[in-house]
Amino acid sequence: MSTYLYYPGCSLSGSARAYAESLTAIVARLGIELKEIDDWNCCGATEYLTLSPLRGYALIGRNLALAERQRNGTNTLVAPCSACYANLAKTDRFVRESPVLRERLNGALAADGLQYTPGSITVRHLIEVLIEDVGLDEIQRHVTRPLHGLRVAPYLGCLVSRPDYDGRWSQHEQPRDLDRLMTALGAEVVDYPLRTACCGGHMTQIGPNTGFELIRRLVDAAYRREADLMVTVCPMCQMNIDAYQGEMNHHFHTNYHIPILFFTQLIGLAFGLEPKALGIGTEIVSAGRALGRIGIEVPPAAEEVVPVEAASHAGRRPKRSQGLPMPRLDEDDR
Amino acid sequence: MPAAVGAPEHGAAVDYRFIDEIRAAAEGDSRLETCIQCGTCGGSCPSAADMQHTPRMLFAMARAGFRDDVLRSNTPWMCVSCYFCSVRCPQEIHIPDVMYAIKSIATREGVAPQMIGADFSRTFVDNIHHYGRSFEVGLVARHYLRHYPLRLPGMAPMGIGMVTKGRMGFVPHRIRGIAGLRAILARAGELEAAGRSEGIRP
Repeated sequence: MSTYLYYPGCSLSGSARAYAESLTAIVARLGIELKEIDDWNCCGATEYLTLSPLRGYALIGRNLALAERQRNGTNTLVAPCSACYANLAKTDRFVRESPVLRERLNGALAADGLQYTPGSITVRHLIEVLIEDVGLDEIQRHVTRPLHGLRVAPYLGCLVSRPDYDGRWSQHEQPRDLDRLMTALGAEVVDYPLRTACCGGHMTQIGPNTGFELIRRLVDAAYRREADLMVTVCPMCQMNIDAYQGEMNHHFHTNYHIPILFFTQLIGLAFGLEPKALGIGTEIVSAGRALGRIGIEVPPAAEEVVPVEAASHAGRRPKRSQGLPMPRLDEDDR
Repeated sequence: MPAAVGAPEHGAAVDYRFIDEIRAAAEGDSRLETCIQCGTCGGSCPSAADMQHTPRMLFAMARAGFRDDVLRSNTPWMCVSCYFCSVRCPQEIHIPDVMYAIKSIATREGVAPQMIGADFSRTFVDNIHHYGRSFEVGLVARHYLRHYPLRLPGMAPMGIGMVTKGRMGFVPHRIRGIAGLRAILARAGELEAAGRSEGIRP
């Protein structure tokens, strides 16, 4: 049984409840104990840094200080949310790098009797812990229901392999680790060159036209490669691709229907766990049909909310957008 | 194209200390002064097409002291913090953090070009001050009623789905140490203000 400190982040008790449920189910199988930091606070996403960088770092620093105080046998702090992970890792890195910031950050934390020793906590993303510490062989050993025939677009997103100040990833732009994990589960991995492209983050909130275009590129690339679904390691990516896919379709007059699940949900399915216990069915763009194709029955959700225009590939062809004149990696494949 | 060559567009005086002001506001060590104007950042940026200035141009303007033009540019508000520029930058400049620094100055001085961005950040941060955690329902409700009332009808199916599928908690969670957290943030704010009044830190 290996033990890690655990920082769930706000969305895991809300919009990414399925992520929390599925990761809890699979780490139990893999003999991992996650010790949640007591009374952690929000990492501020990019919003606090936007208004006030020092207060943003102080907010994140409180979590690091609590982790340092509560560590007991382990210095490794695991975060399942890519934004939380990036913020925690970056703050630790920046206070190691800058004595001035270290002094100012600790000056602020002292207001509540806390302090953080730079480097005392190692921050890691859940997917990296599963791949590096548990290992693909061990994960494969638990697979009882291989995902044969399921075509998966591996969407790692940004903020995991980038900025990656501590060099945990062999590649910043095209890492194949999520691909290999999906292969270990028996899934058929499509070559998805946008694996670390950006979902737009908060752009759906402050600049929807930009946000919808970024979502469109990701969904379109998965569609063109005939992926049944996308897989993600981040609540923000899941939210943008899933919850805003309908509005994006409306914006571009398209009818994409590409479900996106958390990687922990697919691991759980391959481990033979019940779809319901993994939060499957809570996605807005239903993965029911895709999973049904490989013989996994998903109980119908309380209310199936699939926007009519997004309900099937069969209707109109996706229209070329009037969006940003940017290079598109998938242009050559047509 | 915006006038970014020669003289500041807004007719303001040139401020050669502005680049140091940004570096100080970025906290940490942004390395902004090492920019070699290669343009890799703009070429790597997924939202560059919606920016008034590419990051490279913005940094040239900052170095030339076009304080007002930089603060009024929409560029930092279009940054999606994806770090493509950051990992490709040959000078290892912490570009997203430079963007945060510029946004923080622009917001404080009330000259940010798109107040919706600053406003979303403020709503988000208000929740943190109230609860210590993000409160998704409150955030989305306040933000959309204020800025996107016309998007609401089209979003109804998604909103209903989020609720019926149990993805929206209606009761915010308040951390026990909220008073301590507020004290930490207040102290950080004081330190930030003191840093500004002492002038540019090295």
